[in-house]
Amino acid sequence: MREPRPRPRTALDKLWDTHEILRHPGGPSLLYVSRVLVHDGSFHAFDMLRDAGLAVRRPAQIFGTADHYVSTVPGRIAGETAETRRVLDLFARNMRDNAIVHFAAGTPGQGIVHVVGPEQGITLPGTLLVCGDSHTSTHGGLGAFAFGIGQSELAHVLATQTIWQHRPRRMRIAIEGRLGRFVSAKDVILAIIARIGTSGAMGFMIEYAGSAVRALSVEERLTLCNMSIEAAARAGMVAADDKVFDYLHGRPHAPSGAAWDHAVAIWRGLGTDPGAVFDREVTLDAEAIAPMVSWGTTPEQTLPIDARVPSPAAESDPARRAQIEASLAYMGLTPGRPLAEIGIDVVFIGSCTNGRIEDLRAAAQVLRGRRTTVRTLVVPGSGQVREQARAEGLDRIFQAAGAEWREAGCSMCVAMNGDIVAPGQRCASTSNRNFAGRQGIGARTHLMSPAMAAAAAVAGCLTDVRRLEAVDP
Amino acid sequence: MTPFTALTSVAAPLRLANLDTDQIIPARFLRHPRNPGYGGFLFHDLRFDGDGQERGDFVLNRPPFRQARILVAGSNFGGGSSREGAVFALADFGIRCVIAPSFGQIFYKNCVGNGVLPARLAEDAIDGLLAATEAETGTGGARPLCVDLEAQQITAPQTGAAASFEIEPFFREMLLRGLNEIGMTQAHHAEIEAFEAAYLHRFPHIGGPG
Ligand code: SF4
Repeated sequence: MREPRPRPRTALDKLWDTHEILRHPGGPSLLYVSRVLVHDGSFHAFDMLRDAGLAVRRPAQIFGTADHYVSTVPGRIAGETAETRRVLDLFARNMRDNAIVHFAAGTPGQGIVHVVGPEQGITLPGTLLVCGDSHTSTHGGLGAFAFGIGQSELAHVLATQTIWQHRPRRMRIAIEGRLGRFVSAKDVILAIIARIGTSGAMGFMIEYAGSAVRALSVEERLTLCNMSIEAAARAGMVAADDKVFDYLHGRPHAPSGAAWDHAVAIWRGLGTDPGAVFDREVTLDAEAIAPMVSWGTTPEQTLPIDARVPSPAAESDPARRAQIEASLAYMGLTPGRPLAEIGIDVVFIGSCTNGRIEDLRAAAQVLRGRRTTVRTLVVPGSGQVREQARAEGLDRIFQAAGAEWREAGCSMCVAMNGDIVAPGQRCASTSNRNFAGRQGIGARTHLMSPAMAAAAAVAGCLTDVRRLEAVDP
Repeated sequence: MTPFTALTSVAAPLRLANLDTDQIIPARFLRHPRNPGYGGFLFHDLRFDGDGQERGDFVLNRPPFRQARILVAGSNFGGGSSREGAVFALADFGIRCVIAPSFGQIFYKNCVGNGVLPARLAEDAIDGLLAATEAETGTGGARPLCVDLEAQQITAPQTGAAASFEIEPFFREMLLRGLNEIGMTQAHHAEIEAFEAAYLHRFPHIGGPG
């Protein structure tokens, strides 16, 4: 008798089935959580737990790092103001009282939660990972099912090691072909968001696939998955492969010895089966993607650097036209102006999107032998990234170019620690959000890749890094 | 948490699309503990000018709506970050129901977990309800709306205009019982224990020491 052939499943289906404890008749499923990451903004969840008289259930599966509130001034060990120091002290106390591994400011492991998880080997393929932060989708770059949750949900996870979730629909975004020179994972994700829109993946989990995605390094995959949330996806992921296993091997919290072999054997079976069906498929041609910059106040308002500021008059939908007008007014831009001549006041290179060593290398490659003409902050994503950059001499390149070489943290991505873009100033930023007020009240953000931000720092305006690179420094 | 059954209140119209969590509560306020007064951060940069003075034209600064317990918002309300402070601010301000065509996903769940009902209604249904709240004097929006969660219906009692909204049974049960998710989960303690033991046996590299 022949066995009935099992139905081909997507990677998401496999992850879901592995973690589903039960399903409520009225909708969501209760899922088991393998890994929890907490950061210094997570204090409400601990307060809620305390108020409810509940304990942390599985401290060994939880890891904490200080990022949002830490100062990034060289040599700092805490916050810059009394208030941020209070938040950080509270965080340290919450970690200590609950016996949670803590990467504190001033220790080498500290950094942005989405940089620390992968580099410490805390994030693993096949795990269900949550964190009280929307960019938790980052960790999907290692083949994890990872998503951001709110503080009440985090309190729930801390107390029960489970979470209620609705099964997302499945979307596959395939990028086929080869990316051009100076076209990075950041340009790919910006191009995707420009194509499908900021609600284009609402209710979906995205699997990124295709030859261009397989060719990406592990760190580039983290960048790609990081901004899945900007298309409203529940999560984004790339199936784990040998690159991921090589990346993880030997990291402090990754399994070792026999446990490593056992884990890798499991991880190899996690990819999407041939013939598995997705609810939506999108394909992009890698060769058609150019270096991108955002011009408005949502990430979908993004265009190739050689384009011009769009005209609201060309938009027929009244609501969209009004949104373009509002964006242009906030950004202080006039329709028709070439993007590549918009002057900038400050450059921010860092964040959980682009604060890893490869990002700093890409920026340093452009800044080597050149001078910045505007204030430029280079903020490594973690203490480890900072150390690695120093070992490679990147810090000297940045400093010789006149850039500020800072300590690790979220910094100007979210402007909670004192690193702020002044009202009306324009920032070329490698972060992920260009909402009104994100980098400070009245601050104007243009999102782009590290190489493009470095080129802007040299030119003093948005510019095509490919053109700059054609000229010797 | 107070169980949510029925609510009658004037409804403050703030019908801008894509009001994200950064605008509901700017990031710089998130460091504050959640004390009474948190509602003062709600829509801070829209409600107040650079000198901290109320902007007279902002809906929640206008007399009939200062006490509103219902907010009527535009599409994709609460998109953006997962910050729950956005809902804390709404709840502490006194808002117990937000009506909008669509919501940010995390924000929607955060609402339910904090006893705030997110009611999804199509734009034209919202138009109909708001038109029915307009007082004859033309002051606009001064008449109340009634929200009945049990019946999943919102009505304008003066005119009888009504609209039904969908909410899934799990969320409805949470709001009606005044439970957060932890309350819902505690009933499944034994299943979680058994699942966890099997999971950590199958994936020994997840459990960590101890
Ligand atoms: S770097 Fe920015 S987006 Fe990333 S976790 Fe920090 S604040 Fe959030």
